[in-house]
Amino acid sequence: MSLRIVVCVKYVPDATGDRHFADDLTVDRDDVDGLLSELDEYAVEQALQIAEDADDAEITVLTVGPEDAKDALRKALSMGADKAVHVEDDDLHGTDVMGTSLVLAKAIEKTGYDLVICGMASTDGTMGVLPAILAERLNVPQVTLLSEVSVEDGTVKGRRDGDTASEQLEAALPAVVSVTDQSGEARYPSFKGIMAAKKKPVEALDLDDLDIDADEVGLEGAWTAVDSAAERPARTAGTIVKDEGEGGKQLAEFLAGQKFI
Amino acid sequence: MAEVLVYVDHVDGAVRKPTLELLTLARRIGEPVAVALGNGAADTAAALAEHGAPRVLTADAPEFADYLVVPKVDALQAAHAAVSPVAVLVPSSAEGKEIAARLAVRIGSGIITDAVDLEAGDEGPVATQSAFAASFTTKSRVSKGTPVITVKPNSAAVEAAPAAGVVEALEVSFSAGATGTKVVSRTPRESTGRPELTEAAIVVSGGRGVNGAENFAIIEKLADSLGAAVGASRAAVDAGWYPHSNQVGQTGKSVSPQLYIASGISGAIQHRAGMQTSKTIVAINKDAEAPIFDLVDYGVVGDLFEVVPQLTTEIESRKG
Repeated sequence: MSLRIVVCVKYVPDATGDRHFADDLTVDRDDVDGLLSELDEYAVEQALQIAEDADDAEITVLTVGPEDAKDALRKALSMGADKAVHVEDDDLHGTDVMGTSLVLAKAIEKTGYDLVICGMASTDGTMGVLPAILAERLNVPQVTLLSEVSVEDGTVKGRRDGDTASEQLEAALPAVVSVTDQSGEARYPSFKGIMAAKKKPVEALDLDDLDIDADEVGLEGAWTAVDSAAERPARTAGTIVKDEGEGGKQLAEFLAGQKFI
Repeated sequence: MAEVLVYVDHVDGAVRKPTLELLTLARRIGEPVAVALGNGAADTAAALAEHGAPRVLTADAPEFADYLVVPKVDALQAAHAAVSPVAVLVPSSAEGKEIAARLAVRIGSGIITDAVDLEAGDEGPVATQSAFAASFTTKSRVSKGTPVITVKPNSAAVEAAPAAGVVEALEVSFSAGATGTKVVSRTPRESTGRPELTEAAIVVSGGRGVNGAENFAIIEKLADSLGAAVGASRAAVDAGWYPHSNQVGQTGKSVSPQLYIASGISGAIQHRAGMQTSKTIVAINKDAEAPIFDLVDYGVVGDLFEVVPQLTTEIESRKG
């Protein structure tokens, strides 16, 4: 039977752009170019490798986001994913991690899955908790923050490098996996892949399709509230010296003045 | 008085510093009730009592070590049910965030991660967070359920506040999913004898300019002269010069020490995301145009192979 892999990806504002908040304190997605979150490319890559090793596999990329988020799906399709699901609904604006995970979980169940693969975190919200929440909502094992992952005989195995130890993990499918940027460089889409991606199916879903009420998501449905966002004041200009042979000593003098030595 | 659950991060009973910082923050909101799980849980009581925990709930079972995350969620959920706290605080480690997030789903609560400060507010605790590579500061609160908040290391001072620290056994019944992900083996990270990167008061980091694994010895020497942790930029890690566990930046560790010394690091956005909230920033780089100099309190434009050893020697001689 075919191994059904769903990769969750996010369309994020370019981290090298001038990212800021909109008036309603949500992430401003209009003024900064968006793209497939770099950390999700690793998830797509591992999905492709797992699919290559399996006899028969199908990869669906899934995103929740505005119209432009299709760009992220296209990128994943051009890397080699088979099809895409795009959940888009005006009521989703301002949805927090709890709402997003609800939408993803429902869409994953609707699509059908044996393995869900996520990146380690998004590059905009950076929480890194969505995979764990998905596992909780789907009631399947969580095998997260893997630097190495493989699937064999209905079991997913991987290495999780933690603060104090490195762990070998194992769980039966179906399961939710997240992979780190150590899992392996993501491939570039080939010209052929880019052309093929244009013909791959992208299924559009809205909240009605997933039986989710508008008040369960969006800014109003969020379980957290941002009261203020302030640009960090520019650091006051520091002292810069050119090393003329005494740079190390001058630096020591500064550190001593600050009581570090 | 309102009680605040504090999840204890410990290694075989030795409480890690971020948990003691959490107790400082918890006392601003209410009375801390610590929850310590796994091997050595009861041994945490003395340190927790010394820093303000009147009660310490403990549970030990093989499941905590043998299976990933979920057994700890089950236990924290049991503690939540037993205590009915006004907030749940968890250290922002990778595991801590996952435990907190799953708990939040179960108890129908919102979650805030990676807070860098916490204060009491009219509508519950107000958390300060950094956003967009620390170029913004936000204030947020949980608007539904019991606030679940994870807090980054170095967000508060460790304060002595003697309390009773009475140990109470916590009844935990494991959920069906508790044994879903087996920890087949565990290899402890080899100790370098240096402080943990995220907890260190001083971090000395090396980047592309260090130009080779063997050259990291001069970074380590400087770190050791200051009792500091060693960090590395993504460029240095990707080149294989230093382990990924020491990477500072968006996909590595996020640090907020009193002093951050960047050597041979240009200061790309990926790196700044992990160190921009450091209190004092110092950089050594031969390129006067490097963006890192926009952040520094003190910068030296020069060859790190000249400046760093001279600095180390000077520090050693000042120490006498």
